[in-house]
Amino acid sequence: MARILAVDDSKSMRQMVAFALQSDGHEVVTAEDGVDALGVARNEVIDAVVTDINMPNMDGITLVRQLRALENYRFVPLLILTTESGIERKQQGRAAGATGWIVKPFEPEQLRVTVRRVLG
Amino acid sequence: MSSDLSEFHVTFFEESFEALDAMETELLELDLGEPDAERVNTIFRGAHSIKGGAGMFGFEELASFTHVMETLLDQVRDGKRSLDEETRDLLLRSVDCLRALTRAQQSGEGLTETGFRDVQAELNAVLEQGAEGETARSPNAPGEGSAGVALGDEPPSPPLAGYHIRFAPYPGMLRSGNEPSRMFRELAGLGELTVTLDERGLPDWDALEPEDCYLAWDLRLEGEISSAQVDEIFEWVEDECELVVEPLASTEPVRTATEERHARPPGTSSEAAGTDPTPARRSAERDPVGVGPKPGAGSTRRGAEPGSIRVGIDKVDALINLVGELVITQSMLSRFRGEFDAAQLADLQEGLSHLEHNTRELQESIMQIRMLPIKFTFSRFPRLVRDLCAKLGKKVDLQLLGERTELDKTVLEKIGDPLVHIVRNSLDHGVEMPEARRKAGKPETGRIVLNAFHEGGNIVIQVTDDGAGVDTERVLAKAIEQGIVEEGERLSEEAIVDLIFHPGFSTAESVSDVSGRGVGMDVVRRNIKELGGSVEIRSQRGLGSTLTIRLPLTLAILDGQLVRVGSETYIVPLVSIVESLQVQAARMNQLAGSREVYRVRAQHIPVIRLAEQFEIEAAGGSEGQGLLVVVETDGVQVGLMVDDLLDQQQVVIKSLEANFQQCDGFSGATILGDGTVALIIDVPGLVEQRLPRSKAERLTLVA
Repeated sequence: MARILAVDDSKSMRQMVAFALQSDGHEVVTAEDGVDALGVARNEVIDAVVTDINMPNMDGITLVRQLRALENYRFVPLLILTTESGIERKQQGRAAGATGWIVKPFEPEQLRVTVRRVLG
Repeated sequence: MSSDLSEFHVTFFEESFEALDAMETELLELDLGEPDAERVNTIFRGAHSIKGGAGMFGFEELASFTHVMETLLDQVRDGKRSLDEETRDLLLRSVDCLRALTRAQQSGEGLTETGFRDVQAELNAVLEQGAEGETARSPNAPGEGSAGVALGDEPPSPPLAGYHIRFAPYPGMLRSGNEPSRMFRELAGLGELTVTLDERGLPDWDALEPEDCYLAWDLRLEGEISSAQVDEIFEWVEDECELVVEPLASTEPVRTATEERHARPPGTSSEAAGTDPTPARRSAERDPVGVGPKPGAGSTRRGAEPGSIRVGIDKVDALINLVGELVITQSMLSRFRGEFDAAQLADLQEGLSHLEHNTRELQESIMQIRMLPIKFTFSRFPRLVRDLCAKLGKKVDLQLLGERTELDKTVLEKIGDPLVHIVRNSLDHGVEMPEARRKAGKPETGRIVLNAFHEGGNIVIQVTDDGAGVDTERVLAKAIEQGIVEEGERLSEEAIVDLIFHPGFSTAESVSDVSGRGVGMDVVRRNIKELGGSVEIRSQRGLGSTLTIRLPLTLAILDGQLVRVGSETYIVPLVSIVESLQVQAARMNQLAGSREVYRVRAQHIPVIRLAEQFEIEAAGGSEGQGLLVVVETDGVQVGLMVDDLLDQQQVVIKSLEANFQQCDGFSGATILGDGTVALIIDVPGLVEQRLPRSKAERLTLVA
């Protein structure tokens, strides 16, 4: 259905996100940090992004900010998937332009529902 | 967790061990005075990832332990806590605990050792002491913050008949990818929704910013719905809009959490963070995803996993090229499949020569893939040496050379433990206490060097220390005491030093738990032998010792000498062969106990007749005929009597264990060019079997 970019420096996490979303029929591409993800986003058409925050080279919140600066990603849903849930962090995320916030550990079905929701 | 995620366990464990190694390295190299931000980040992220994954899989103990570590590291990362030697030590011990916990989780066995609880308590104690500055936010504990975007911070209000919602986004709201129509669709899913557009905010065409939102809506939602459900839909955009939610039935607007948040000043203070919704209630409302099943239930298969290797793309590309050439050669040769006449012979031979060349290159390339740099094994030593020095009160500088030297993955994995034992030994018995060193005119800090390099077809690993060297007097005395050597026997210096490798030998006065109970060096030698290698030690009193390990570069192929015994062909590993001689009857002598010895120059070496050993009819028939292949193992020389010497060739080792019970005297088998099977002789094993060590030694040392 949609092409989703899953970003996380943990391979097992990428696998699980992909697995969860593929069961909904989505196509999932992955990246292991913000720099990688930006590259993918620039070269391909991505319909939604699910990203971790804590990653080397470029963290998730910076990634969201950078994506928002790209022409094609101004309104694409960008979801943050992280263990953190403090208010300050969430505000940072929002300020950067994130669309939603999912807390780890996540129930695969919950992730699917949220993605469905933001994809409309 | 309802879905089965066990297939992701393997990757998680691999990653976790890697992360733990990285954490340890960075912790060791961290400059406590001016900690490098990147290093601290790496350490933090390690704990963070492990925690995240553990939470996903329901590994509770792992998750909660890591959580405490992560909290501490987060403070360090934010500059709210400085790192001192004690804390670093605590964190290093925590890494050890994590390794143990992860291993226990991986093997599915329950965690028997509970030491980690003490460490966890210590971590908590340190945290309680408080960081410098405020602890504004603590990273989320596992189990909190379950499902999705929810932030419902009050018990659900009694369901009313519906709400009137005024929704007026700020102009920039669309920029976060939040679409009002989506929200309305969701609302519609909750109940009966009526939407009324308010376009009074629309400016003139000229003033219109296409990406801004000037519209507002009045919505009427009917149904048995809780305000929390409505809040949830708008939760994410609450800062970017005006939102008023009024229950339809009552006359007074209910102040929703959303409104209250609006009332607060935008920058929430740490106080607010403190009054953050209690996790328990939040979890209670939303179906708690929690941390999943008990660790036991989530256990994985025992580690008979084949393991995996990371291969550089360049190596893979090289392989692809070589296979390409092989294909070309194959099509060249296939020309001859149909009709063939003598005139084409030269072409055929050229083709075959190409084939040989391709095959060899392909073989070498593939072996290369299994090769990894030895630094993967060397990397554990800085920590080991550091800990041991602390324990023993010694000072040692560790130098690692040749870390990039590559060797086969399996060999790499198996050489780790022996190396650890050797280094422990060096530290325990070799390097002296600082006091003693000073008296001896040496620098207080000793030196241990691990050096790896390629030589011939082998990899050589040397462990050198500048300690006291082997005390040959004490060794000899102990050996005599233990009956390994008889009083009055003459032994060369080298032979005495070599006694260290004898089973049961130990000069330790008491069992120091560092080196163990003298089960050490002989096991080390045996392990190295099993890898097809050898180990020897050179030492100088007062100056130090050097231990040299030789290992074949690969386990799967060996250079062999084909020999014929009767009608059978056997293979003797070239690496063991010293020389081959034509047997002269005159030099053969009988000893008591029907042992035969053969005089080679000035030495007498014991003889093993392979025909007898393997119970074959020898073609040579009578005594004194045939060939003697002199082999050496463990410093001992033995002559193997065979009927004939055949080719020397590279031989692919096929395991016997897969199909047969233990075969003494043989280390494997191979298939020869003509299709027959040849057994590969296990020289060390055979010699040990026929000639128990001490006697053999005595025989060869009689010069």
